[in-house]
Amino acid sequence: MYDFNYHRPASAADAAAARKAAADGVYLAGGMTLLPTLKQRLARSSDVVDLAATGLTGISRDGGAITIGAMSTHDSVATSSEVQSAIPALGILAGGIGDPQVRNRGTIGGSIANADPAADYPAAVLGLNATVHTDRRAIGADDFFTGMFETALGDGELITKVTFPVPAAAAYAKFANPASRYAIVGVMVAKTDGGIRVAVTGAAGNAFRATAMEQVLAGDFSAAVLDGISVDADYNSDIHASAEYRRHLVGVMAKRAVREIA
Amino acid sequence: MSEQITVTVNGDTVSARPAANTLLSAFLREELGLTGAHVGCDTSQCGACVVLVDGKSVKSCTMLARQADGASLTTIEGLAGDGGELHPMQEAFRDNHGLQCGFCTPGMVLSAVDLVSRNPDPSEGEVRRWLEGNICRCTGYHNIVKSIRAAAKVMRA
Repeated sequence: MYDFNYHRPASAADAAAARKAAADGVYLAGGMTLLPTLKQRLARSSDVVDLAATGLTGISRDGGAITIGAMSTHDSVATSSEVQSAIPALGILAGGIGDPQVRNRGTIGGSIANADPAADYPAAVLGLNATVHTDRRAIGADDFFTGMFETALGDGELITKVTFPVPAAAAYAKFANPASRYAIVGVMVAKTDGGIRVAVTGAAGNAFRATAMEQVLAGDFSAAVLDGISVDADYNSDIHASAEYRRHLVGVMAKRAVREIA
Repeated sequence: MSEQITVTVNGDTVSARPAANTLLSAFLREELGLTGAHVGCDTSQCGACVVLVDGKSVKSCTMLARQADGASLTTIEGLAGDGGELHPMQEAFRDNHGLQCGFCTPGMVLSAVDLVSRNPDPSEGEVRRWLEGNICRCTGYHNIVKSIRAAAKVMRA
């Protein structure tokens, strides 16, 4: 790992200032992706701004929504009684990320900002129609994920919290890579105020909504109605799964999630 | 010079000035001489370097020493009692032949302590799922699982 300047600011505002003052700064959340990347010298930053002391934690329910501080670990989301009672699918999703040690350090804000194509949280953000709050604005789920490791976040923009409207029902089905537990394909299906949402992660460059499935499920919410529905996307093809296999898995995982709700 | 950090390591207060890019695993092993945290893969996968940070199992190869400022750390060296009596988890690994070469054992034991602190009576399936991030190259999982369940029984008695 190349050397860098380490900062541990005590507030989100101080973190943004430290990042802005740096020649080539990067935020450090849980570090579960950033630290391995720095160790392998795949990335190099002049300044690492650790968000651990910024106080961006805490999970609360406010009426019809669950709000999760950006620095909340996957473990804290998975074991939160608020999350388990309001959106059990979100707790299950968080509890299935990586391994226990990753869940003890990795954070929701870090995962979403990194936007790994195989990460679980993007399916939750998109499927549950969450709002990503930053130090500058609120970004709707449909506008957030813009490409492989690409988001709507501007330079130095910091995620502070994520708000999930409580759905009538939701389920997440994942076909996990057996070594890493990253999603080869993961599908979140939710009955929301705005209708049925089906969000897919792992399959393409970034998480996306399977609108063809949403349309037929709106008419008849059953697994059978998904038979023969093929979701078009720019599917990834790699050593883990071919594009054709991923396309097939989208259908299988969507049906599993629908069956769990129905 | 790097800023000073203060950590509690196995009950002792330690102040040091690790470089920004010093990993917690390197800090423990090379600066404090606590070589029980083994660096197996150095890529966050094998779990041989697991230590407890404020009671939670963490891969010390994937955390900066500076991130531990203010935290309380427990390494395998700190698990036994002051008089040298083994922790029930260590005792169970010995009684059940829960190790072969022993390289993964410190991480296995500390990961298991984290599990039992949350789940005092884990099923075999729950233990196996929990060990997702701890790899035993000798493939001695059967007796590791047996050891953890035996220790849990002793610890909840």
